[in-house]
Amino acid sequence: MIRAKVYVYLKRDILDPQGKAVKHILGNMGFTHIQNVRVGKYTVLTFDDSVSEEEAASQTEEICKKILANPVIEDYHFELEII
Amino acid sequence: MPRKMKFGIVVFPGSNCDHDVYDVLTRIMGQEAVYLWHKQHDINSCDAVVLPGGFSYGDYLRTGAIARFSPIMEELVDYAEKGGKLLGICNGFQILLEIGLLPGAMLKNQSLHFICKFVNVRVENADTYFTSICQTGDVLKIPIAHNEGNYYIDLEGLKALEANHQVVLRYASPEGKVNPSTNPNGSLNNIAGIINKRGNVMGLMPHPERASEALLGSEDGKKIFQSMIRSMAQ
Repeated sequence: MIRAKVYVYLKRDILDPQGKAVKHILGNMGFTHIQNVRVGKYTVLTFDDSVSEEEAASQTEEICKKILANPVIEDYHFELEII
Repeated sequence: MPRKMKFGIVVFPGSNCDHDVYDVLTRIMGQEAVYLWHKQHDINSCDAVVLPGGFSYGDYLRTGAIARFSPIMEELVDYAEKGGKLLGICNGFQILLEIGLLPGAMLKNQSLHFICKFVNVRVENADTYFTSICQTGDVLKIPIAHNEGNYYIDLEGLKALEANHQVVLRYASPEGKVNPSTNPNGSLNNIAGIINKRGNVMGLMPHPERASEALLGSEDGKKIFQSMIRSMAQ
């Protein structure tokens, strides 16, 4: 079986208020050497046995483009693993 | 007596302003309104369709991201392409962005707070179907209630929106001044509402249905619905 691990995050030039808030609190906690924090989303897709690695890659790409990421504000990447 | 206009109000699992819109359109505005459950496919008899606010599908993934694939949306895109009039309020606006009927996207409010309060919005373009009874420069007092209302579009898109007068409403002071201090959520250029190029699809973050009775603190929201009714009658 193939498992796709999908990462979706705001584009680099878009302000991430969540990341900013986390960075601020990390500073309060004593982690003062964090230059930047970006918060994203992690999704795992597990395909059934009938799907080849190649098909899983193209389907994951399509799923990212159509729903998991909004191309106006987000980028994504994914990794496939055989389980 | 002029014919009553028929409004369709789309209902998704998680919509929660559908009844408010229905009440304003029927009891206050004296029009006809029907609920359109998201699996229903008979929108063509409606003179206009409203996508009300709420938390469709729990806002999972992103606001509007799942509602956008709901069965009725295909019909709605078709309806809009034929020139049908579509108004998206708050979550309805977010859905219109996700499906691409309007350009841009919503980010989380810059403050990361859910903001629920009265704001003032300045009418930037009164020459639309949805603002025709207003004057450009009018200030409307209408409440917002959202967590993701921070409007974003790339620079090129923003220039095009401004050049085409597609920005219909901007967050302003009660006197109509637009500056960073009158921006509640971080929206680019204080954008509160936009319209598509063709002029038949509008989205706005403020809730006009919550400001349509003096008892609720403002009747300015009525102007959006009155504009639609007047434009439709013409």
